[in-house]
Amino acid sequence: MNDQWTDRLSEYLDGELAGGERTALEAHVATCAECRATLEELRRVVARARTLEDRTPRADLWPAINARLTPGRRPGVIQPWRLSLSVPQLLAASILLALLSGGGVWLGLHRPQLARDAQYTLRPGSPARPVVWTGRTDAAIAELQAVLSRNETRLDTATVRVVRENLAMIDVAIAQARAALAADPGDAYLNLHLADTMRRKLELLRRVNAIAVARS
Amino acid sequence: MPRQTLEGPLTRDEPTVAADAEAADSALAASGDGSAFERLYRTHVARIHSLVRRMLDTDEADDLTQDIFVRAWQKLSTFRGESAFGTWLHRLAVNVILARRKTVRIERGRYHDAEGALDEVSGRRETPEMSMDFEEALTRLPDGARQVFVLHDVAGYRHEEIARMLGVVPGTSKSQLHHARMALRRYLDR
Repeated sequence: MNDQWTDRLSEYLDGELAGGERTALEAHVATCAECRATLEELRRVVARARTLEDRTPRADLWPAINARLTPGRRPGVIQPWRLSLSVPQLLAASILLALLSGGGVWLGLHRPQLARDAQYTLRPGSPARPVVWTGRTDAAIAELQAVLSRNETRLDTATVRVVRENLAMIDVAIAQARAALAADPGDAYLNLHLADTMRRKLELLRRVNAIAVARS
Repeated sequence: MPRQTLEGPLTRDEPTVAADAEAADSALAASGDGSAFERLYRTHVARIHSLVRRMLDTDEADDLTQDIFVRAWQKLSTFRGESAFGTWLHRLAVNVILARRKTVRIERGRYHDAEGALDEVSGRRETPEMSMDFEEALTRLPDGARQVFVLHDVAGYRHEEIARMLGVVPGTSKSQLHHARMALRRYLDR
């Protein structure tokens, strides 16, 4: 094997050889079966590296991580959006979400500015960062709602009615948050509240759709 | 844009939705919301744990993965959202891993010779009972070649970035990468 060229095969493969060197190497490879074979193997190694699968750890590391997070900032115990929710639980949770959403906006609009800044400050001198929205979440929500309207026939009438009512309540809460943000775009509390409400609405829509599909 | 199936709960624009949800979660986590941080952990733990396994010894992967997420929590206020959260987290993880690597080297008081170790890896294929798969062979590479291969071919960093991370010149990074690939080609699936 010609070491002068084999040592440059990876650079060639990565497109890092200059014009003259590249041309010379290609001329050599055209006449050297061994270098051609090596080049093909290197190409397969690169392709193999890109298809390595990531694996989760055997043990759940979250409890240990959670225990090491800053004391006093431990996650709350209310986590109503687990995938194990039943339909009645889901609907109850959606009502709670709607109430919390409306209440959150009310709080955002009625407490002093100083208190808003203090509540969502991670550390002294480190204000919360407003969410940068791409705007596509709105489109995704609209699409999910369109899918839901097609899937509604798979749910019983009472469920559909409650889901619709609560989605409407959440929409009101989102609209209120947006209106408040229009008046004060830099308000970190309102930004985070809107982000959380929209994320939860997405999860709710996904869940209801998944239930509808499961019942087909 | 791909078409949404009529019955599916969600397939359209999933990456974009996920990116928005993640932007929201990173902002919530930075404000102290542990539940949002747990969602970020669930999303990224496989990638981070796999990165650690490939760059360090497997028996350290769990502990170091924990360290990385704790460090991320502590550093979240410095994340400005200019890149995706996953990109920021991955870079932070690489820094933690490389720092740990330095400590290990000092503790062990030795540094693998790249050529020798590559020969060792290459030679093992000769013995059928000691044959290993591609991923395992990767973890047997010497430090330098292993780090460069994982950072370049698996994680997608450029040589200039890798050189800065490792404190070497780009030419060294290219050379290490080539040596790693040459050794690993013997462990391709047949």
